[in-house]
Amino acid sequence: MTLTKATQVTKTGDFGKRKSYIKRYWQLYALLSLPIAYFLIFRYGPMYGVQIAFKDFNLFQGINGSEWIGLEAFREVFAMNDFYITLRNTFMLNFLDLLVSFPAPIILAIMLYEIRNAWFKKISQTLLYIPHFISWVIIGGIVYQLFGTQSGMVNAVLQALGMDAIPFLTDKNSWLITYLFTGVWQSAGWGTILYLAALTGVNKELFEAADVDGASRMKKIWHITLPSIKPTIITLLILNLGKMVSIGFDRPYIIGNTAVREYSDVLSTFVYRIGLEAGQYTLATVVGLFQAVVGLVFILGSNYISKKVTGDGIL
Amino acid sequence: MSARTSNRIFDIVNITCVSLFVLFCLLPFVHMIAVSLSSNRAITSGEVTLFPVELNWGAYTQVFSDHSMLTSLGFTVILTVATTLLCMLFTIAAAYPLTKGNLKGRKFFMYLIVITMFFSGGIIPEYLLIRDLHMINTVWALILPGLVSPFNLIILITFFKNIPPSLEESAEIDGSSYMHTLIKIVLPLSLPVMATLALFYAVGRWNGFQDALMYINDPQIYPLQLKLFQMVQNNMVTELTQMEGANRTALTPEALKAATVIFATVPILLVYPWLQKYFVSGVMLGAVKG
Repeated sequence: MTLTKATQVTKTGDFGKRKSYIKRYWQLYALLSLPIAYFLIFRYGPMYGVQIAFKDFNLFQGINGSEWIGLEAFREVFAMNDFYITLRNTFMLNFLDLLVSFPAPIILAIMLYEIRNAWFKKISQTLLYIPHFISWVIIGGIVYQLFGTQSGMVNAVLQALGMDAIPFLTDKNSWLITYLFTGVWQSAGWGTILYLAALTGVNKELFEAADVDGASRMKKIWHITLPSIKPTIITLLILNLGKMVSIGFDRPYIIGNTAVREYSDVLSTFVYRIGLEAGQYTLATVVGLFQAVVGLVFILGSNYISKKVTGDGIL
Repeated sequence: MSARTSNRIFDIVNITCVSLFVLFCLLPFVHMIAVSLSSNRAITSGEVTLFPVELNWGAYTQVFSDHSMLTSLGFTVILTVATTLLCMLFTIAAAYPLTKGNLKGRKFFMYLIVITMFFSGGIIPEYLLIRDLHMINTVWALILPGLVSPFNLIILITFFKNIPPSLEESAEIDGSSYMHTLIKIVLPLSLPVMATLALFYAVGRWNGFQDALMYINDPQIYPLQLKLFQMVQNNMVTELTQMEGANRTALTPEALKAATVIFATVPILLVYPWLQKYFVSGVMLGAVKG
């Protein structure tokens, strides 16, 4: 029986091969079909919908029924003052965040690495990671409690020290402090993980040799510890620069408010505001598409730079 | 100064700095707990810092007797579990076939998936899609759009590839089907990485806010974050009206807001210490490129 089947396969040639291939792999294709369907519908579906950036979209006619208008919506967006304000704010908040939140985990990781008491180190790490798991909504609740001008604890402390209260939530310049504070608070501890991982690979003999030379702790940090995490620092820095134009929605939307909108309104909140709150779907899609394309250029650019600098891409 | 004393001073300064940073991370929680347990008078006059003033459990009694809050918590727990299970199912279903180098079309499927990491349609086309699929105000709007994270998928593919092929081959020689090999051999060997990915999905769903804001306006299925947000927003309005000198007695009690924030934080704090190692290993996995 099996023998006849085998001769049949050789006789029918290609068809038989294909049949046995399918017989062998059909389970894998069956498995794969579910996630591929997901990607086609929920990831590529919206990409199909991007065409409304070039259409005069309205809900009743739908994506296909709406009329083509070429680049008219782009012209309209590029003439909007708010577009430039949100673009500037996106860059400004990302840049300030990089300035403040990027060095924090490096310093913290080095300090943790220098702790010799394993028990204290472990407890500290556990506690430092906690803020990473707190949602922006909860952080928002905490921030409004802490930084309120009249009943907030921070201002109560400042006033007890004889200083003036600072309108952390309602003055746009002071609000920047609040925004940056949340970034450091949430990410500094968690950000140490990659640096600490890089430090586990440091050759201990280097430190012993430095001890023989009588080097101080600071000297050892400067000449051994820092250089050994330098590649990680550079890679993460380039990665962060590649994300300059992308900004999450939750943080600026929740920490921001109408009083500081001049600084807190960024591309992601702008898209939400004009698209879903004001119903200008076409304009919002144009802004979203602009952000996606510029974001892609930034990522590819940073990958190129990474290859030049570190000899290894980030993609 | 001898090398030993300077070493000692370094240790003391270092440990002090780390301790201060740990305090910096924890103090906001301590303050929120203190506020949640204080009288309204003490809170609004700014007397509460790190300890409750005029101890008062009223806020917690109120939170726990608020039926909608408990419903929202229950719904969010079920939603998170269901989402995590489905996400894992789909991620595994994608990862395993894509580790088979001789599978025709593998490269094509990989490109199809990786492209979505760098380009997406944006939230407006996504919203319109969900709307066209009639998923607005259904749990599906919260579950389906994020079913497979390409990032997590690549982590899992990398892990599967590192399983010694001899283990799988011996099963295949025994005539075991792919499905059987996956369930009996590959998955049991991948439990730690799957725990990590499941946690990523679970935390993402638990903390997720934007999709709920966009797709859900039926209070019956408000996830906890959306419910909380309304209180935060309320807080913000409070802050803005105070500026204009509004009457503060008419406001929602601060203690209640603080108690709600604590109420929503505690579940995370309860599970976090037990699962910490999986989270940390996840970051490392993500750093190793596929």
